[in-house]
Amino acid sequence: MNGSRRQVLGLGACLAAAAALAPGLRLIELAQARSPEEAASKLQRWGLLIDTAKCGECDDCVTACHEENGVKGHGRPATDSQWIRKVNLKDKRTGFAQTLPVMCQHCEEAPCIDVCPTGASMRRADGIVLVDKHICIGCRYCVMACPFGARQFVHEKTTGQKADVPRGQGTVEACTLCVHRVDRGEQPACVSACQRDGGKAMTFGDLKDPDSAIARRLKSERSTALRADLALDPGVRYQGLS
Amino acid sequence: MTPPVHYREIEGRSSGFWSLVAILGLFIALALGAAWRMEHEGHWITGMSNRVVWGVPHVFAVFLIVAASGALNVASVASVFGRSLYKPLARLSGLLAIALLAGGLAVLVLDLGRPDRMVVAMTHYNFKSIFAWNIFLYTGFLAIVAAYLWTMFERRMNAHTAPVGMAAFIWRLVLTTGTGSIFGFLVARDAYNSAILAPMFIIMSLDFGLAIFLLVLLAAARGTGRAIGGEILGRLGGLLAVFAAAVLYFAAIQQLTNAYIARQHEVVRFFLVDGGIYTALFWFGQVAIGGVAPLVLLLAPAWRKSRRALALASACVVAGGLAQMYVLIIGGQAYPQVVFPDHEVSSSAFDGVVASYAPSLPELLLGLGGVALALMLTVVALRLLPFLPQAIADPGSDPAHA
Repeated sequence: MNGSRRQVLGLGACLAAAAALAPGLRLIELAQARSPEEAASKLQRWGLLIDTAKCGECDDCVTACHEENGVKGHGRPATDSQWIRKVNLKDKRTGFAQTLPVMCQHCEEAPCIDVCPTGASMRRADGIVLVDKHICIGCRYCVMACPFGARQFVHEKTTGQKADVPRGQGTVEACTLCVHRVDRGEQPACVSACQRDGGKAMTFGDLKDPDSAIARRLKSERSTALRADLALDPGVRYQGLS
Repeated sequence: MTPPVHYREIEGRSSGFWSLVAILGLFIALALGAAWRMEHEGHWITGMSNRVVWGVPHVFAVFLIVAASGALNVASVASVFGRSLYKPLARLSGLLAIALLAGGLAVLVLDLGRPDRMVVAMTHYNFKSIFAWNIFLYTGFLAIVAAYLWTMFERRMNAHTAPVGMAAFIWRLVLTTGTGSIFGFLVARDAYNSAILAPMFIIMSLDFGLAIFLLVLLAAARGTGRAIGGEILGRLGGLLAVFAAAVLYFAAIQQLTNAYIARQHEVVRFFLVDGGIYTALFWFGQVAIGGVAPLVLLLAPAWRKSRRALALASACVVAGGLAQMYVLIIGGQAYPQVVFPDHEVSSSAFDGVVASYAPSLPELLLGLGGVALALMLTVVALRLLPFLPQAIADPGSDPAHA
């Protein structure tokens, strides 16, 4: 009898502890997310690491991105927005084939921001490059200036917009690094999809936090930037590019 | 002492005048209709895409803006370099500079994704953007040339023509440098990304602007029965030949520089050898029609004094200039951006392939509307104010028989 009584008490204590701790754990999670009033901080710099060795034939990242951000096509690939695209590579000399996702590289020295006449192209303190939809006049100079083909011009009417993701005909848009999710303490949709259904090729995190998974990997493993010759210091880095 | 020059408005009563106004008005109306459709339907109805975001409207707009500063040549030669022979034509020169710039800017603005937000462009500036500099360069140019014209029209202000003319001359050099740098500073695209584009745009402006000036002058003289001395036309023709040769020289240097750099071999090949329509337009449009043909027409002894040859040479420069703009602006975008050197590249966004582009009717109508607007402004101004001299005589000759 004694034993079972002890067991019941133990179970009760565990439940009580869990009940007491759970909101606390939730609070820690919430504390990591920014409140809407809090400005983005330059103490952080959000970045992506893409391991091409793990990136396979799927395009789950593309589907997840466009679903998350309400980016719907009109069956016209030349003018439909593609915030993220899968690029297939084949080494001209060796024939070695690879595939990898390319999106806005969230450059520190972003050419799109330099050329924008109104300042609609802008960079948050935490490194996320965005377009202010209210002051973009649709001149497309940023599309001309982006070395990665990441900027997209909205060529026709938008439907099914998401509350967190404003889009508008006649303005320019690109990957926001799912800024609305990041501000809630979540990962970008492409990264979640890749980790859930894909090859776990994408890692998201704070490049300035030495304890983050992305910073630790960048410190210990070789990686490269696209168009490294331009010295744009992008927030997106790649591993395994031949 | 040179005799006083008498200026007079054009009569503007003939059926020819009203037909011209009606045709230009029709083109302007069509352009406004095209812009309205592009604004409401979105740019998908044009030939533009996410790979070629600047289409035919930019070809016309940049051509007109570049030509605008060049149209000021004759006024500059008269008041900055003190050649009194050209003074009677200085007013027309200033007028064309304003009209062409207005036509080009109208096209540029109406091709924006959000032309309704022009006030935003006037109230929000990013001073690192060459576009933002150009907003000041363009409006400043309009103001300075307007002041320049005022010093020419108002007798009491005549003394200030030389310094204001000098300011306008320096401003126009800066303006064209700014226009060339829109492309020259684009590190992301191999077809641009060259400091040579700024001086090349200056020499292009001298060429295209003078050609348009000559065409308008010859047409106005013919339409209004005004006489023009052969000497002044001969000298302007000689100047046009020099400019046409200089544009060819810059084009050659641009391609040669790239041909020397291994990384740039593919882009040179694209423009000169296997770029399809862009290669054809380069050789037949830009080089043959825009460069070689005018040189032959202007320098061949048999045609030296022919006004028809001068008009044809000017028309060739204009056609070749438009071809050059098409090759530069659209060809430069159609050529794929190299993000992954030494790799064959493919994607759903047409990475690694030459982008397809075909001009659409709304784009062509908008571009032509800019030309029509520039000509309409010129025609109306000639009708309202005394821009044209009654006759432009050679020195020492009787204007009536020139």
